[in-house]
Amino acid sequence: MTTMIRETAEVDEQIFFDALIDADERIEPRDWMPEAYRRTLVRQISQHAHSEIIGMQPEGDWITRAPSLKRKAILMAKVQDEAGHGLYLYSAAQTLGIGRDEMTRQLIAGEAKYSSIFNYPTPTWADMGAIGWLVDGAAICNQVPLCRCSYGPYGRAMVRVCKEESFHQRQGFEILLTLMRGSAAQREMAQDAVDRWYWPSLMMFGPPDDASPNSARSMAWKIKRFSNDDLRQRFIGMIVPQAEILGVTLPDPALEWDAAAGRWQMSPIDWDEFHEVLAGRGQMNAERLRRRREAHEEGAWVREAAAAYAASRTGAPSRSSSEARSADPRSLSGARSADPRSLSEARSADSRSLSEARSAETKRPDPPEDPR
Amino acid sequence: MTTPGGSTGSPSEHRDTWPLWEVFVRANRGLAHVHAGSLHAPDADMALRNARDLYTRRGEGTSVWVVPAEAITTSDPDSKGAFFESPAGKNYRHPKYYTASEGVPHL
Repeated sequence: MTTMIRETAEVDEQIFFDALIDADERIEPRDWMPEAYRRTLVRQISQHAHSEIIGMQPEGDWITRAPSLKRKAILMAKVQDEAGHGLYLYSAAQTLGIGRDEMTRQLIAGEAKYSSIFNYPTPTWADMGAIGWLVDGAAICNQVPLCRCSYGPYGRAMVRVCKEESFHQRQGFEILLTLMRGSAAQREMAQDAVDRWYWPSLMMFGPPDDASPNSARSMAWKIKRFSNDDLRQRFIGMIVPQAEILGVTLPDPALEWDAAAGRWQMSPIDWDEFHEVLAGRGQMNAERLRRRREAHEEGAWVREAAAAYAASRTGAPSRSSSEARSADPRSLSGARSADPRSLSEARSADSRSLSEARSAETKRPDPPEDPR
Repeated sequence: MTTPGGSTGSPSEHRDTWPLWEVFVRANRGLAHVHAGSLHAPDADMALRNARDLYTRRGEGTSVWVVPAEAITTSDPDSKGAFFESPAGKNYRHPKYYTASEGVPHL
């Protein structure tokens, strides 16, 4: 606290901020930051959160139609993870001063963007495989460097997300592998899904570097660590050997490793399609938003009932739960990682001081900390 | 649901005891605040100063939170099993469950 007061009093805020970035330190919620840095992060993190939430829909469609109980349970676990990832990210965005209700409003009003990939349809079971393998694979490629993002709460959310995400790609790969070891019709179905998801998954890395005006600034701020094209190249390098093991063909006859250039040569990406989908004219944009809006409206009675029940127990004046949530000061983030075990154990030790309970205990390991 | 430190015994005892605060310390920028321990203090400002003196004497922290212990709700230790049983039998949430992709590069 005193350090921080001294810092802000003695050093010009911008200089201090720049020095932190230069030293590869993290910016935390209470730090001064340039308005544009804050705006960029609010936009990026909220879009990322929206993508996770909307991303539940293409796969959610297949939960009732999964080919076995096992596949159904796995798919439910995965969709549940996406919901969790959305919530981690909304919390991280809230540390920057935007409310949860406002982000929800922007999404259902169609004012917010989310990843274009979720506006493609999922007509076959093989799409569950292709999404896991290609879409989650591309997402992981994007997200791993974000664990080192200069904004602390975003980086910490991404650490958690990446850890949980690791099963998603594997389960997708195994769906495709199972199909490729099946009948001719099943192999055809797998190849068809790969054909449809390959190009959209490459678009997930965003426009080419020379057409991505904000990239340079985000890289200078160390929000981004690698350029769009570099990440795309890295992703292709990862999936080429995987495609060989699967026995599927990546739908680009021009795809070839250029040893001299140290890069993959490829056919041009159809950026018109990307911009059309991003502008809301993809196959599923309207449907995704309609369902999100419907879920929000149809869930209103649950929020109201929960708020009324809470009010009846505390005698507090009734307040909608969503209001209560946006006023939540926990948006300071990080309180979550406090080990709740020590609190409950303190209670069982019948002690009023947690530290006393801790020292009374001999062999318990320290609470898990942030992996970094 | 219980509140640690919430029940403070008889009223006379309560008069003599400052409220309990839980202390969370951020060791470095980029890390989350982690529970370090607790202390008694009459108000939030004093709690913060005491926390600094008690838990960061050797530069253990760059940021400190203090939270009134009675504001914390914990799960009931007696119902630990039932409360946390949902993940049991759901080992498909872990990548190791997927053995067919073992050894595939970058997976």
